[in-house]
Amino acid sequence: MSENTKVVENATCTFCGCVCDDMNLTVDLDAHKIIKAQNACVLGRAWFTEHVAEKRPFALIDGKEASTEEGIEAAAQILANAKFPITYGLSDTTCEAQRQAVAITDMIGGNLDTTTSVCHGPSGIAFQGTGESTASLGEIKNRADLIVFWGGNPAESHPRLFTRYALMPKGLRIPNGKKDRYAVLVDVRRTPSAPVADKFIQVKPGTDFEVLWALRALVKGRRVDPKLEEKTGVKIADLEDLAQRMKSCRFGALLFGMGLTMTRGRHFNSGALLALASDLNEFTHFVAKPVRGHGNVTGADNVVSWQTGFPFGINFGRGYPRFNPGEFTTVDLLSRGEADAALIIASDPASNFPKPAVEHLKSIPVIVLDTKESVTTRIAKVAFATATYGINVPGTVYRMDDVAIALRPALESPYPSDEEVLTAIKNRVRELLAASGRAGNPAAQKVA
Amino acid sequence: MGSKLRIVNGRLYDPANGVDGEVRDLCVEDGRIVESVGPDAKKIEAQGMVIMPGGVDIHCHIAGPKVNLARKLQPESHRYDVQPRTAFTRSGTGGTVPSTFTTGYRYATLGYTTAMEAAVPPIGARHTLEELHDTPVIDKGFYVLLGNNVLLNQLMKEGRRDELRQAVAWWLNATRAYTIKLVNPGGDEPWKGQRNAVITDLDQNIDSFDITPRQVITSLIEVANELGLPHPAHIHCNNLGHSGNYKTTLETMRMAGDSRVHITHIQFHSYGGEPGKNPTSMAPEIAAYVNDHPNVSADVGQVMFGKSTIMTADAPVAHLLRRLGSDKRWVNSDTECESGCGIIPFSYQEHIYTHALQWAIGLELFLLTKDPWRMVLSTDHPNGGSFMSYPRLIRLLMDRDFRDEQIKLVNQRAIRKTTLADGLSREYTLNEIAIVTRAGPARLLGLKNKGHLGVGAEADITIYEEDEDKEKMFTAPRYVLKDGKLIIEDHEFRGDNEGRILHVAPAYDPEIEKVIKPFFESYYSIRFENYAVTDHYLRAHEEIATAKPMAAE
Amino acid sequence: MPETMLLVAGRTSKQGTSLNVGKLKDEYRTVTSTVEMNALDMARMGLKDGDKVRLRTATGETVAQCKQRKPEDLPAGLLFMAYGPPSSQLMTGDTAGTGMPISKNLMVEVTPVTG
Repeated sequence: MSENTKVVENATCTFCGCVCDDMNLTVDLDAHKIIKAQNACVLGRAWFTEHVAEKRPFALIDGKEASTEEGIEAAAQILANAKFPITYGLSDTTCEAQRQAVAITDMIGGNLDTTTSVCHGPSGIAFQGTGESTASLGEIKNRADLIVFWGGNPAESHPRLFTRYALMPKGLRIPNGKKDRYAVLVDVRRTPSAPVADKFIQVKPGTDFEVLWALRALVKGRRVDPKLEEKTGVKIADLEDLAQRMKSCRFGALLFGMGLTMTRGRHFNSGALLALASDLNEFTHFVAKPVRGHGNVTGADNVVSWQTGFPFGINFGRGYPRFNPGEFTTVDLLSRGEADAALIIASDPASNFPKPAVEHLKSIPVIVLDTKESVTTRIAKVAFATATYGINVPGTVYRMDDVAIALRPALESPYPSDEEVLTAIKNRVRELLAASGRAGNPAAQKVA
Repeated sequence: MGSKLRIVNGRLYDPANGVDGEVRDLCVEDGRIVESVGPDAKKIEAQGMVIMPGGVDIHCHIAGPKVNLARKLQPESHRYDVQPRTAFTRSGTGGTVPSTFTTGYRYATLGYTTAMEAAVPPIGARHTLEELHDTPVIDKGFYVLLGNNVLLNQLMKEGRRDELRQAVAWWLNATRAYTIKLVNPGGDEPWKGQRNAVITDLDQNIDSFDITPRQVITSLIEVANELGLPHPAHIHCNNLGHSGNYKTTLETMRMAGDSRVHITHIQFHSYGGEPGKNPTSMAPEIAAYVNDHPNVSADVGQVMFGKSTIMTADAPVAHLLRRLGSDKRWVNSDTECESGCGIIPFSYQEHIYTHALQWAIGLELFLLTKDPWRMVLSTDHPNGGSFMSYPRLIRLLMDRDFRDEQIKLVNQRAIRKTTLADGLSREYTLNEIAIVTRAGPARLLGLKNKGHLGVGAEADITIYEEDEDKEKMFTAPRYVLKDGKLIIEDHEFRGDNEGRILHVAPAYDPEIEKVIKPFFESYYSIRFENYAVTDHYLRAHEEIATAKPMAAE
Repeated sequence: MPETMLLVAGRTSKQGTSLNVGKLKDEYRTVTSTVEMNALDMARMGLKDGDKVRLRTATGETVAQCKQRKPEDLPAGLLFMAYGPPSSQLMTGDTAGTGMPISKNLMVEVTPVTG
């Protein structure tokens, strides 16, 4: 460890959707590493301290080393000539880069989707049908005396949700911190999060919808079928108690995760929860918040929504945005073999997508921008090494509650940012489309 | 730049400079109006056309966290109103909450060149600026919500008057806002902290703060005045939408004394009748007060039949409305220590008593005003209706026959409760339209180089083809220029433009940060150091100077 | 004798930290190819910690090593894996029109791998 260090205060960690902006980073300038991340949780610590200046080629084209400029040319050619290009990812990069990605996709009449579609997309769909009563995290810290965690394991996925935002901290109306709160955890298995809850409710897998709907009924003073106990594994008495606590608290919060979106029911589950939170406002003040996974997936939601009107699953093929989950979402497009080129930004679908989707991805030209080697970079035709947002690159990110925060980078990087690469690709694609007569997306001809 | 332009043979309406339909040349150079230009200047033939300064929307909701929630909520409204991309313009979608590119282009298409986002919580300023940057062509700014700010409430309660002024100035700088906005002042704390309680009385205590809405309102009106802000405190009064609320509105206006104050969407605050019963119209009383008090200004907040979206920082009102519409969707979003908001998709229907009454009251306010400079046009977009309905509203004001026809189509019981039943026959002239849509808002905002076309003014110019049908005329200007650059020519987009952020930066004593920072550390969920908006988010911008502060008492 | 169980894939702390070390590195590989099983289920199937099982769905299959969990923590018939390429092999591409493939409460066939 060298003496040559600097400290970057109030930096932002973008590993998960908590987007904690109170990181005090100690940087070893000689080793070019972050050696300490004060205030970070175990995940954030790994995010910062495991970041090494990898020696990677600036770009790889068909597995061979190339310059960034050569990569840009190759990428632009692919995108300008594709008939059904898709853009995917965007959750681990800055809003500035996200805007460039939307611009490119608009220009080429492509398909635009973000990791939301495999995360809280169902909650976004439910939102469109129900609305949502929600709050910024500080409101929960300041006021919530009842918190229900549903379908999530914050101890392992969002540790500081407990410590900085929702459960432990003292707040304006919560002078004694956790002692002034009652916490409930609902899940199919007892996770490391369960011990912090005052009450753990175990539900049978795939029955969250029934439980939530029963709670809605109980909140409205209706009776529920006792057979529900057998079906869901939850005692009616427990539900009655929970409903009563929810109605009589001063400010309640329901924080929910993938346990609802990734299982039978998907958006129906999210919708049931959101409706429950909204219903409770007949009795008290109650909010719900989807707990977002990646650092800037909320930024992607926001940027894409304000630029197109829709949050994800968008197609520009007719010259304007169209929205249809199931049709224009990436897992579907790939599984059905429809895309003929892919621009993947800050994401690794080859790792986490279903097999049929990955098989098709392997068969089409893939352009990927990533800070690290991944399964997707290995199958890509053009792979760009880019600098890491929040560590090397400044920009804007949105926390899970839509609060926008400006990043404070700690280390320089020789690699370009996603924004720089995407801007260059955009400009080159524009040139190629303007030189019309090139086969490709008919809508693109209007750009000439 | 340098581009020189001479617009010839058009009829110029420039009320700020006393020009009322005179045929005269208008010359532009380097983005400004100039006395004359040489023969090498490009010519625009404007025979049979009407020239006005670019439109100025003093109150709309077009950017920021609450707007984006409303956008996401209504995919069905976007699906049927698409905006294809062109060589110069990005694609997008419409409805009552269009995507950002579409918002900017559509304002430009109507001949508007400036619009002010009316309500942003301070922590949402960064987001709002990002959206405004993606709202092309128009110059824009926003009003920052400070009427339910927990720290400011504490300073008010403790009588720390000087620190209050410093803190407000700090907040205006930290957010890059244009002025102070109050929405349902005092209403947030009971809503969030007392199980959705509402306040109805200007003199009731706001929960544990031991201050009243009256104190909040009077302090902030005074502070805005002391800071010499170009536009005064912009107030959405308490009791919006409730029968009998005209009393609250009158009382709020009285609180200002002789100080400048702006009452926004005053139509929603002009109701008589008993609380809980059907409203009646008190437009004549409200209009009379505004007429008699030159320090008071207002924008109407006209309701237009058809679809709208209720989006307001007045969260309790949105919750109440939830039961009234057929669309049961509802969004509520609280913002720590600062504000909240509520969103409901909505529509106003001719046959419904209350809707027809609201529509009629708005028209009454327009028709009864003696000073159009201080009763300017708005629909509180999209709460009363989309800004795309402005041309129709203009026709209602200018064309008495059309208006009378429309009156016959709506709920007659409602009409009978208003002076429209007596046959208000006034017709707005083009000069008056130019006042309520351009010159008036610009003057109220303190924008010295906008809303008029005298030498030195910014060359934001709209050229309409004259037409009997005023709705048609104002829907599609033939030419629109922004800073002297042709954006629309022969009804087609010719170029894009970024537009500037308009903001104020009143001086403040940096010592106030010693008061603000500890509060952050205890009660906010982001760091004080990360809160203020840096220059990076301003891009093209113009700081509008504050006047010399008035001597404190 | 293959048994049918429900698989839940999700985030774990180790998976999150090892992801930062590198997705192509050993630690991540190990973490994402471990399956937690109810201790009584394991005993019945003759499995010990570290033994391998094949998990199969109509779409694909993967081999993982077992790790036991107390029955009060992980109910009988339920499996848990930290998500990654191995668990993703089992998902179908049919999202029922939602965009979201099922990765929790996925029915899988579990067979001990001998030898």
